[in-house]
Amino acid sequence: MTAAGRALALETKGLSKRFGHQLAVNSIDLAVPRGSVFGFLGPNGSGKTTTIRMMLGLAAPTAGEVRVLGMDMPRQLDEVLPRVGALVEGPAFYPFLSGAANLHRFDAADRHAAPSTRRARVAEALERVGLSHAARKKVRAYSLGMKQRLGIANALLARRELLVLDEPTNGLDPQGTREVRNLVRSLAADGATVFVSSHLLAEVEQICTHAAIMSAGRLVAQGPLAELRESGTAQLRLVTPDAGAASGVLVRFGLSPVVGHPDGADAVITSSLPIGAGADGTAGLPAANGGVAPEAVVAALVADGVRVRGFTVERGSLEDRFVALTGEGFDVAQ
Amino acid sequence: MQRLTVRDSPAPGTRRRPSSSSLLASELKQLFRRRRTQAMLLALAAIPVVIAVVVRVSSAVPPGRGPAFLDRISQNGLFVAVTAMLVSVPLFLPLTIGVVAGDTIAGEAGLGTLRYLLVAPAGRARLLLVKYAGAAVFCISAPLAVALAGAGIGWVLFPVGPVALLSGDLVEPDEALVRMLLIAAYQAVSLLGLSAIGLFLSTLTDVPVGAMAATIVLSVVSQVLDQLPQLEWLHPWLFTHHWFGFADLLRQPIGWDSFGDNALLQAGYIAVFGALAFGRFVSKDVLS
Repeated sequence: MTAAGRALALETKGLSKRFGHQLAVNSIDLAVPRGSVFGFLGPNGSGKTTTIRMMLGLAAPTAGEVRVLGMDMPRQLDEVLPRVGALVEGPAFYPFLSGAANLHRFDAADRHAAPSTRRARVAEALERVGLSHAARKKVRAYSLGMKQRLGIANALLARRELLVLDEPTNGLDPQGTREVRNLVRSLAADGATVFVSSHLLAEVEQICTHAAIMSAGRLVAQGPLAELRESGTAQLRLVTPDAGAASGVLVRFGLSPVVGHPDGADAVITSSLPIGAGADGTAGLPAANGGVAPEAVVAALVADGVRVRGFTVERGSLEDRFVALTGEGFDVAQ
Repeated sequence: MQRLTVRDSPAPGTRRRPSSSSLLASELKQLFRRRRTQAMLLALAAIPVVIAVVVRVSSAVPPGRGPAFLDRISQNGLFVAVTAMLVSVPLFLPLTIGVVAGDTIAGEAGLGTLRYLLVAPAGRARLLLVKYAGAAVFCISAPLAVALAGAGIGWVLFPVGPVALLSGDLVEPDEALVRMLLIAAYQAVSLLGLSAIGLFLSTLTDVPVGAMAATIVLSVVSQVLDQLPQLEWLHPWLFTHHWFGFADLLRQPIGWDSFGDNALLQAGYIAVFGALAFGRFVSKDVLS
């Protein structure tokens, strides 16, 4: 095992899955660092769940390989899966059994789980998701949110090194969503790697340290959340009475300013502003790293005698980045 | 939600002695605690009860009418069980087996619980084996329900005495009861092949009703083919061919030939359809 392999909780290389003529997952290379909370984003139908199914050995890849906790899937499935807790494509239970009985059943299916501690572990998992009071109730009578919680409890039946949670807050009320966020944080604090798939960006922004974005079966971006959010472009907004001079300065930086006169007096100039990784470009021309430093723009404006009455740079949110990469609104299937 | 750590859960990486009995126990508990299974066993037990009550309240049955042995019931209550078994073999027993065997994998797939069993991880081969074992236990229970209910109601409603076997010998009621249990065992063996077929069909679909119906239809088709003289060459290979062959167990001494032939034939079906089910299930993409 390489050092890089040890550092990754989950790794795919050229992973592809074809259903008939449709390439559901198209040669993706995921790298999920150990200890990260990894957001797996993408519109519905972009191949997230299919990827998760291949990671867990439920479906066989058409091409490529998957390594989970440093071991080959599905070849070493029997050694890997006891260390992985999963919620895949929504919870699924026996409606005619109680919540506790369902967990007993799934725990019994894991031949590495000790029967002697089963009762205690089920009770603790239920307690952890706040379902102790409904443990004896038949799942048929559970609400969607309760089933979702039970699904998460099932993933927590044993101590796990990796948790794969597919849309964990689906169907939860705001209270439940917050509890799940706290739960994910506490799991990560205990040292587990948490892989969360979601189409809810706000949720991912709040809890994740890393993220990857899928679109139409391809992986279009991945990395630490801060990097993902900052790479790309920001929006520059300048308020000044000297529209002509200001435009000239901005053009020198390689920007394409748009001049508007919303209230007659001052011109409002807007332009997209490429931001490099370091964003410390020096005065004059576009920074060597491909970005333009906002402070350099202001300095140049002032030096040219432009009266700057307002200057803002809005960093792109993850949502802007997501929409820019996937090219579509949320929840749009291909 | 509270922060709790489970102290006695296995630490990552450590391996406990694998326990395979848990899943089988869970499967049996789930199967036999399920209302549907209980209802089917009750319905099977109701068959001899209905027969016995009808015979009891009606006037004497003329010999040669109705199912075999029907006319003997009023003389000896133990014949209720034999008659009920004859009535159940062609449809009622295969019906219940079709439901249980057809549901094995497709039922889990339909509920979506199959993915959670596999992720647990149950192991595909192990899960298939446990599922078949559960169906096999039901194969034993179903004919047993008919036999015991028949013997019970016969004993309550009719005189019970020495039973005349097909060979003409008289045996005591306790010996006759043993013969009944042998017939139930014969039927259990008969149904194992059908269960293997049902298990295989169950791996092909995510719709349990489809697998159940297909299994039941196959048992009927096989019996129809067994009636066509033009297909005589095929008859020894049909899994239903020996289903009515339990008469040999009612002779003195017991003729074991048909029991052996039947067991061999069913073992062949188990091997073939078990292998097909295994081949299909271990390579199947679980997308339900």
